[in-house]
Amino acid sequence: MSQKDQNTIQSDPGQESGSYTEEDRVYVEGQCNVVTESNGPFPFDEGRKLPELKVAYETYGKLNSDKSNAIMIFHALTAGAHAALWHKGDKRPGWWDSMIGPGKAFDTDRFFIIAANVPGSCYGSTGPASINPETGKPYGLQFPIITVRDMVRAQAWLLDDLGIDVLYAVAGGSMGGMQALQFAVSYPHRARGIIAIASTTRHNAQQIAFNEVGRQAIMRDPGWGHGDYLNGSGDEVEGPAHGLAIARMVGHITYLSEEGMHQKFGRRQKDREASPNPFDIDFEVASYLDYQGRSFTKRFDANSYLYLTKAIDTFDLSEGFSSLENALAEAPRRFLLITYSSDWLYPPQQLREVARAIRRAGRSATYCEIDSIYGHDSFLLKNEDQEDFVRGFLNSLEREEV
Amino acid sequence: MSPQYLPPDDQLPAAYSIIRSWIEPKSQVLDLGCGNGNLLAYLQQQHQCRGEGVELSRELVSQCVNRGLPVHHGDIDEGLGDYPDQRFDVVLLSHTLQEVANPTGVIDEILRVGKMAILSYPNFAYWRVRAQLLFLGRAPRTPHLPFSWFESPNRHVLSVSDFEEYCEENKIEIVRSAYLSGSQKISFWPNLFAETALAAIRRKP
Repeated sequence: MSQKDQNTIQSDPGQESGSYTEEDRVYVEGQCNVVTESNGPFPFDEGRKLPELKVAYETYGKLNSDKSNAIMIFHALTAGAHAALWHKGDKRPGWWDSMIGPGKAFDTDRFFIIAANVPGSCYGSTGPASINPETGKPYGLQFPIITVRDMVRAQAWLLDDLGIDVLYAVAGGSMGGMQALQFAVSYPHRARGIIAIASTTRHNAQQIAFNEVGRQAIMRDPGWGHGDYLNGSGDEVEGPAHGLAIARMVGHITYLSEEGMHQKFGRRQKDREASPNPFDIDFEVASYLDYQGRSFTKRFDANSYLYLTKAIDTFDLSEGFSSLENALAEAPRRFLLITYSSDWLYPPQQLREVARAIRRAGRSATYCEIDSIYGHDSFLLKNEDQEDFVRGFLNSLEREEV
Repeated sequence: MSPQYLPPDDQLPAAYSIIRSWIEPKSQVLDLGCGNGNLLAYLQQQHQCRGEGVELSRELVSQCVNRGLPVHHGDIDEGLGDYPDQRFDVVLLSHTLQEVANPTGVIDEILRVGKMAILSYPNFAYWRVRAQLLFLGRAPRTPHLPFSWFESPNRHVLSVSDFEEYCEENKIEIVRSAYLSGSQKISFWPNLFAETALAAIRRKP
């Protein structure tokens, strides 16, 4: 995995990068921290411990002297620590650049933003593609099963290392929203405000079903080799590239909406050269999915896809508690929950119910549903409502005693 | 709208200062149908109340969030079941009672989640309303009842006397009341001269 690939964000096909001139670009460099150095072996929920865990992260803005202006951003399934600004060679900026920067919703003139890659991923933090020091080979399936709680723990350890005790806020969309909500339960005294967008506290059967199709596509690819990838015959990509591409295609369908797809592709067909295969790609939507699938295999690790989708499928914020509101009983007081009307992967009612549980727990939840035709992906696209809501919420935290 | 924005006092509805005078400083307030959050912001800034709102219009929700007010985007007919009993010191329902599908259900719920409720409603027995019906033979339209019959959100018509009778029959105590015609307080024959009515109510023990 090259650094460059990291910057192809998981999904914002509509976003033009052309509005940026070269001179406007502000570059950032990824950082990495071995959180086990000061904290000791990292314990996973499943029981095993890793003697060494790296957490890759980036920061934007400046930490103030009393360390009270830090906001942690959590990424979604296939993104990484590169949330904003540019890396050398980027075709587009980090995945939430529309939200993070000077004068933007997460205003880097005011706030110190930290974005870290979750363990189990493949963008610099330790994951199944990392080398297992005991064998000298990639962990593969020897990597411990990971949970959303583990992700949040790793990031809390990073905060320890950075000397940041209490965050101004945590925020994330989709899997990032799950981390934000888990952070509220795991570390209730370490964040003043919680922002979760297009997310849930536990997957429903449909969400699990789509992830299962993705996992099966990978595991039934002969190149998967039970996690120890087999070399393709002269193919530049080794391992279950076909399965991973299909997993990505299925995923991508769920990130869009019927109306969004209709507007973007309709039934248009692309020009193609005569092919002996009558079923060769013809519709534009097919061509788009094919491209998304193929490019994904160059930037993402198939085992990471298995681990992370399993983590979000097994996630249940109320686990270990008698109810969701009991889980939230000690949580920070202020939550902002945002949903999108056309998001059928994480339908609005999921966070609406979370808002209710938060209120039953005696906390305050601002809940808003934004009209958009772009489905689950909406939260990654430039959206003024989302920017206003986040900005307003962050402002209101300032006026609130902790 | 800037987070702290509030219109100057003389441009605020007369009801605001009345409501303020009826509740304790630092009260926990729930404003149902909170609009752009003006009343909540007013109580927060002038009376150190802590509040949250429920609002159906996305545009108005957005204005509330922008000024940093906790708000739920949704319908008040469905949403109150989320709150624990007696969660709020005061529940506010401004000019909304006549629009909800099930007024009895809403009143029961606001008196469950709030120790007290303050309601305001347009008085359908206001003399101008009576006069329009009597002399013009037309469905009445006033500043507080500005809609034609076919576009009105109002589902129920009630007068001051109707409301008082309802409270009596349903074991609800009217702790305080005030009546307004425009921004003028009315004390004489409110059922005839009040354009709008305000009532602070609570469940009789």
